Amino acid sequence: MTRVVPVLCVLAVVIAVWFAASVPMNWSQAQALADDNATWTDIAEATQSLSRPLLPTPAQVADEMVTTLVGYPFNSPRSLLHHALVTAWESILGFALSLAAGIMLAVGIVHVRTLDRALMPWLVASQAIPVLAIAPMVVVVLGNIGLTGVLPKALIAAWLSFFPIAAGMVKGLRSSDIMQRDLLHTYNATTRQVFTKLRWPASLAFLFPAMKVAAPLALVGAIVAELPTGAQAGLGARLLTGSYYGLTLQIWAALLMAALLAMLAIGLVDAAQALLVRSRGGRL
Amino acid sequence: MTTGLLLLLSLLVGAAALIWLAGSDARACRIATPVVFGLLVLWMWQLACVGYHVPFVLLPPPSDIGVAIVTHVPMLAADFRQTVLRSVIPGWVIGSGAGLLAAIALDGSPFLRRGVLPLGSLVSAMPIVGIAPIMVMWFGFDWQSKAAVVVAMTFFPMLVNAGAGLAQTGAMEADLMRTYAAGYRTTLLKLRLPSALPFVFYALKLNATLALIGAIVAEFFGTPIVGMGFRISTEAARLDLGVVWAEIVIAAAVGTLSFALLSLLERAVTFWHPSYH
Repeated sequence: MTRVVPVLCVLAVVIAVWFAASVPMNWSQAQALADDNATWTDIAEATQSLSRPLLPTPAQVADEMVTTLVGYPFNSPRSLLHHALVTAWESILGFALSLAAGIMLAVGIVHVRTLDRALMPWLVASQAIPVLAIAPMVVVVLGNIGLTGVLPKALIAAWLSFFPIAAGMVKGLRSSDIMQRDLLHTYNATTRQVFTKLRWPASLAFLFPAMKVAAPLALVGAIVAELPTGAQAGLGARLLTGSYYGLTLQIWAALLMAALLAMLAIGLVDAAQALLVRSRGGRL
Repeated sequence: MTTGLLLLLSLLVGAAALIWLAGSDARACRIATPVVFGLLVLWMWQLACVGYHVPFVLLPPPSDIGVAIVTHVPMLAADFRQTVLRSVIPGWVIGSGAGLLAAIALDGSPFLRRGVLPLGSLVSAMPIVGIAPIMVMWFGFDWQSKAAVVVAMTFFPMLVNAGAGLAQTGAMEADLMRTYAAGYRTTLLKLRLPSALPFVFYALKLNATLALIGAIVAEFFGTPIVGMGFRISTEAARLDLGVVWAEIVIAAAVGTLSFALLSLLERAVTFWHPSYH
């Protein structure tokens, strides 16, 4: 209770401020559209229901969400659900790719000294590089050699979420206690046994936080990768067409949908973590 | 055929050199190993591109990227000024500064802190860069809208991290300050802000990358005809990949350089922190 009440209060204030701000933000547009003899209350009312408002009200955005989510058949280009699922699928593919690649690289780095010395500094430096900048080029180049559709977007999503996972996993695989490693050594355990019985289980406490960082990044990667091709489908495409035609409601609905997808992704990682914690008897 | 042999030879020699370098713990060897690895990648990239006649529109060799950087200096400088000096730096300063001030303001009220910080960490995981089209609508095509996106992207990570840092103060130290009859202000300035500094620097470094990404991606949604993001998206569409790579090299250099500078500053300011002993 003490955790939920403050959050709800702050949320209520945000929505109230949003409603209040929509009146002055849309005032000039509503005034231009109004009759000459409209009173200021008429104009204030009109600010709440413009078709292309500068700042849509929360009610308008919610309305747009509902109509575009359930109001159109699923395969219609107007269905937000369709676009959301396209983006979600690209991010999931990309995330799966980066998870596999990141874990493999981390295993290599932890076990092969040369890889550690040669690659680790680059892995750290890569965190400071705006890798998203290469997205348009990768999409265009892959389009040139005939790769279009989901794959280029998934690759961008994977590229973006790869580094946190690899870095987190390296840390995790090294996090096991030196005493325990020594103990396994006295048991004459092989490298493989040390990995499966000690390093891997210990690394999961680092893998899940890394996944929580990486999953929203995969989503951002997929959305941005949808921009350069003038994309036909996906939330990025909704943002782009919305910005071309000044369809503010469409932009806000796409943004809210992206936020919901990010929350869903984090929630799923949390749920997986909770399942794992339970199966291990209460600790990670 | 000869290219294949040369590539194989380079790989073998390079791998042998790396294994030999990695075997030593000397400081020079620790630095040399990643550098040699980077050079090896560049060399094999160049060799493969030239030897197999890889089309320029797929992957230009590093030498052509170097040429593109040298021949386009005025254009690259204009893009750098527009994106980094006008959008990234003001946005980063305003966003991080506002985040820090908000964290200090929240600090007085546990109720507000419990309400805002969970929402803040939720928002900082959101694809905030998507607000770019809205900001372009509100603030116009020029750098103002890009700076606004950067502000929105950098505010929440700073708020959350500085908030966590301020909450971090040890009870012993706080008690000591109380025995000195120190007020809220003194405690904040002498104890809690300094002890939150590692968190603040973490957020500043994170924000440096985020700010670059925000400004570049926001330019994909419309700009005056200058800027790194504008150049990347239009030249990629025109298949002039040399220029695209040149911009990417500059973006990467700006990112790493700001990261390095912030790390140096952090070392100088938080020299007392246990992680440096």
